[in-house]
Amino acid sequence: MSETAGAESIVGRGNREGARLFRQWFDGLGQAAEENRGGAYVFVMGSLGELLSTFDLPLVFPEINSLQTAVRHQAHDYLNEAEDVGYSPDICGYVKADVATQRRGGMLPMGRIPKPSIAVLTNACNTYIKWAEIWERMYKMPAYVLDIPASRQDGHPVNRHTPGFERDRKYVAAQLRELIAVLEQVTGKKFDVDRLRETMKHANTMSRGWKRVLELNQSRPSLFNALSDGTIYLGVCNGFRGHEAGAKYFDELVEEMEYKRANGIGTLVDEKHRLLFVGVPCYPIFRRFTELFSEHGGTFVNSTYLWFASGGTNLGFEYELADPLESLAEGLLTGVSDAMDSMFFQTNALVKMVDDFAVDGVVYHPVKSCRTTSTGQADSRRALMAARDVNSLFIESDMMDRRVVSEAQLKNRIDAFFEGLESRRNQAAAGIA
Amino acid sequence: MSAIRVFPEWRGKDLDGMLHAVVELLDDTEFPTVKRWREAGGKVVGHFQVYFPEEIAHAAGMLPFKMRGAPIEPKHADSHFGSYLCSILKTSLELVVSKRVELELFVTHPICDAARNLAAVFGRNFPYPCQILYLPQNATSPAARTYLAGEYARVRDLCGEIAGVTVTDEALRNSIAVFNRNRELLRKLYAIKRETPWQVAMHEAYALVAVGGLMPREEHNELLEAVLPLLETRERKKHDRVRVVFEGGFCEQPPFELIRAIGRSCYVVDDDLLIGLRWILEDLPVTGDPLDALAWGYLERSSYSPVQHDPRKQKEDMLLKRVRESNASAVILAAAKMCEPGLEEQVAYVHALDEAKLPYFVTEFEENMTSYDTLEIQLETFVENLLFV
Repeated sequence: MSETAGAESIVGRGNREGARLFRQWFDGLGQAAEENRGGAYVFVMGSLGELLSTFDLPLVFPEINSLQTAVRHQAHDYLNEAEDVGYSPDICGYVKADVATQRRGGMLPMGRIPKPSIAVLTNACNTYIKWAEIWERMYKMPAYVLDIPASRQDGHPVNRHTPGFERDRKYVAAQLRELIAVLEQVTGKKFDVDRLRETMKHANTMSRGWKRVLELNQSRPSLFNALSDGTIYLGVCNGFRGHEAGAKYFDELVEEMEYKRANGIGTLVDEKHRLLFVGVPCYPIFRRFTELFSEHGGTFVNSTYLWFASGGTNLGFEYELADPLESLAEGLLTGVSDAMDSMFFQTNALVKMVDDFAVDGVVYHPVKSCRTTSTGQADSRRALMAARDVNSLFIESDMMDRRVVSEAQLKNRIDAFFEGLESRRNQAAAGIA
Repeated sequence: MSAIRVFPEWRGKDLDGMLHAVVELLDDTEFPTVKRWREAGGKVVGHFQVYFPEEIAHAAGMLPFKMRGAPIEPKHADSHFGSYLCSILKTSLELVVSKRVELELFVTHPICDAARNLAAVFGRNFPYPCQILYLPQNATSPAARTYLAGEYARVRDLCGEIAGVTVTDEALRNSIAVFNRNRELLRKLYAIKRETPWQVAMHEAYALVAVGGLMPREEHNELLEAVLPLLETRERKKHDRVRVVFEGGFCEQPPFELIRAIGRSCYVVDDDLLIGLRWILEDLPVTGDPLDALAWGYLERSSYSPVQHDPRKQKEDMLLKRVRESNASAVILAAAKMCEPGLEEQVAYVHALDEAKLPYFVTEFEENMTSYDTLEIQLETFVENLLFV
């Protein structure tokens, strides 16, 4: 293979293959719906894909389904339908889009999803719990809420060396055993620990790969845009957790990023400003939102989204396969806690990202729909500004509801932000403090 | 037992005088009783709504201060938050930033997506511990009770460290006994509301409950012991009013004037207002392991609310039970503005009430709202329709 042909097959492969896998995943969901097989409804923070796939349950991520309606500019129809049956304009748009989806028999712009046989969720987001209560009422199916006692205080992250960790881990492990009994009942299948080892092995490969991919974006120019490309990778990270195809994808993604770094291939021709993104993307104008930054030479080198929406996979935690259930409990506790930390106790992580990724500016994007990720952002911004002399932008909109997304206002603010970045750079070049 | 008393204003007065003093205290956004507690050398745990085990702070000799916002302008706190958030978050921070209230410990719970952020927001602004207490949402797990007792032990040790004492089991049992007495008195107050609602106005009952979060519970017990017999025997005329349940006051509180206005229109015979001060529904054992007793209390004897998940307590079923047991004929379904769990639960409540053919009035409120005219007219119309149809 010539060098050019090699570059063509490797560069951009993550995006192409991610789109293909996503289509494959959704086709599988459509087939399950046609065959009237129930799915496992799960969420990105603690999906337990590695466990659920051993029971051959199709994984349905309602968060991903809902955001897809926004990306495809159809969310408003779904939101209106849910609001017509009483759901307030002031609650999570993901929930409302899903309510409408369920009322439409699982129909989405991308196809049809199966009904839930079970919902498995963690306490990482309270809306998960309220959401599952809606399904319980609709379908009378079990919703297993798995408590993850995460960090209690800023600066005290959960890990195996902290006091109380073993108590919390035992609680998580006990719940996993209870969940397995529920899954056996729901599916009529016996739990197979060897299959779990296999899926955990694939999850290990994925974790290792995701951590490495994120690290590699410290390169200059950055190798991928955390907001646009990163969201594709994230989809595979969630949908194919514990699958061989997911493991292979991340091995190849690392290869692609290593290749790009070795050859100085960045995501933008002229990367001028390296940015961090805090919060959830603006899906109603997803592509345009990224363009509003890239038009100024701004690229997102990392984001809290790639951390919390991967359920803590960014840590690179690898399971001990000799003792899978106990290790699964530790991995779940550690990963989901880290996901929560990146939303609530994020200041130290942001400071480190600013340093490690040579960041010029930080973009905070609180959204109406998600109080989990948005409530603390204004205060977190104050703390980051006190810790590092870095420009920041605070723009509010939504991840679902185009009624609260004003592109013109966003553009004005973003343009001014870049003027500030340019001005600072010019002053630095002129030696003005 | 706490010997400190911080609220002398009610003592030596007749019933009206005592109730006036209670309302005055509730109205005072400078929180004089908390200041007096500190002046006497006491330390304060600020605990955000809803389910904090106050007995633990009490056993450490600290004042458990119920953080439920306040009708104040969040002048300083506003810049710490974005839009689309409920008011109670901002005013709770404002209380502390403005030094109306000073704390040695702040505890919040993951009751909602917004409240769980408060430990981080407070922690970035104050030097003392600001923590999350992870209460089980997997309430039917056999492992939940042991876990929660362990979590309570952690809070006990933290309170002890801050107070400079070792919190013994004996101290915890004594505190449980004090709170059991308080629970008994509050149940009695609610029995008066339910059985003879003309004897106590909605706002009077509310104020009597609310001040419990502003003083040592022994002192609150003394107040209730003095007031309740007088309420039962006061001469009040029974009016022909609709018996109503008010639902939606589990976290942010409606303005006091709105409560007064609602009470003018109907008899509110039960409610979930300030449920965070009376969430354990029965007395807890005062023998055996006290932390286990508290954990059992949360898992097996606690009030439902939109922010507690327990498949044994479907919220709409619990609301219908509340309506039945209070012999109410209608429901006011309220939610604080931007309160996601409250707004979400309204949908299930509405469906359940429709099925039960019970009339209801849906509304939203904010603790800082100042105009109630429209709402009062709407409510009066609703009530009149019930009375005269």
